[in-house]
Amino acid sequence: MKEQATTPGSTAQRMRPLSPNIQIYRPQLTSVLSITNRITGVILSVFGIALVVWLTGVAAGAQTYSRLHLLIDSWFGQAVLFAFTFAFFLHLCGGIRHLLWDAGLGFELRTIYASGWTVLAASVALTAITWLASGFPGG
Amino acid sequence: MIIERSDQLPRVTLLKRFPVPRNFGVAQGSRIVRGKTWRAPDGATRVKTFEIYRYDPDTKGNPRLDTFEVDLDDCGPMVLDALIWIKNKIDPTLAFRRSCREGVCGSCAMNMDGTNWLACTRFISEMGSPGTIYPLANMRIIKDLVPDQTHLFAQYEMVEPWLRTKTPESGSERLQSPEDREKLDGYYECILCFCCTSGCPSHWWNGDRFLGPAVLLQAYRWLIDSRDEAAGNRLDNLEDPFRLYRCHTILNCTRTCPKGLNPGRAIAEIKKMVVARRN
Repeated sequence: MKEQATTPGSTAQRMRPLSPNIQIYRPQLTSVLSITNRITGVILSVFGIALVVWLTGVAAGAQTYSRLHLLIDSWFGQAVLFAFTFAFFLHLCGGIRHLLWDAGLGFELRTIYASGWTVLAASVALTAITWLASGFPGG
Repeated sequence: MIIERSDQLPRVTLLKRFPVPRNFGVAQGSRIVRGKTWRAPDGATRVKTFEIYRYDPDTKGNPRLDTFEVDLDDCGPMVLDALIWIKNKIDPTLAFRRSCREGVCGSCAMNMDGTNWLACTRFISEMGSPGTIYPLANMRIIKDLVPDQTHLFAQYEMVEPWLRTKTPESGSERLQSPEDREKLDGYYECILCFCCTSGCPSHWWNGDRFLGPAVLLQAYRWLIDSRDEAAGNRLDNLEDPFRLYRCHTILNCTRTCPKGLNPGRAIAEIKKMVVARRN
């Protein structure tokens, strides 16, 4: 942005103040789901690393593997895994919503909101189904 | 809840603002300090409180948040009426832009209760207690509620918002069928109030290079004009990681447009045009 003096010819020239943005702008479904999609993307990248650690544990033999599973099967490990599952489905459903937008579909305001709430509801449902179907392996 | 139209306000608000510190990433000179409180005149019975962003370029002070009490029995129904009432009755130094007072000029765009809208078409009764009034978000401020739009109009100029032709003039108008004219509906109505661009997080972080929703909607309006003959050049100009592709389909733009237009869709259509011409 071009630097602007406060008044022409003023001796102490300084930048005009920037009006607040993120500090005051109201969170809306639009912006909240957008930032959520980013955060879940980051979480999934971390999950990718965790997956490699787990696979290394598998390769390292029974003893390492069982020690690793002590952590995974603990309430903490299960909670993290549950959060990962939810992040996965949120990112997946959000991604499908973005694919539809990239195809030029669903830009009516009511559709934007309907698809947004659908993404949330579907993520909750899919997470619940996944954990119920797997019978809460750790617990 | 489902928002059907941009003028709809949510029935419940879970979060008034994002949970970030008040001075999150704010430069020293832009930090807002507590300002004065201006009481309503004696005898006022129906009083509404507003917190209003103030900045005086003639003093060395920081921007501040002043509190004003408005006598609703003496004041019109819209937020713009409240601002005019304050300027007339309480503090004549309060600066804001206004002209048409009926939502066609776009001058009084500002941030009210956290979202961008026109002060002349926002009812005082729709405002919280206290109602908060800031200038459009993420703008260099000239004074109080008056943002510097130099950068925005420079970006507007970049998309060459006029008819560009190659065929020689025939001596009469360039004709357009009613069907082709209809394609511009929903795009030509933009009043350049910049509510959308100011509400776009992508433009907050990359406003120096990303053109923003208002300007891209205008770009699309010229791209689809049947009389325009420079679509290729226009797309060349837009096909850039920042100018066009910093749009991440957040859609705050479509949510906030006071004219009910759809900048989000316009940008998606431009992205499609860029891909389509590769085949």
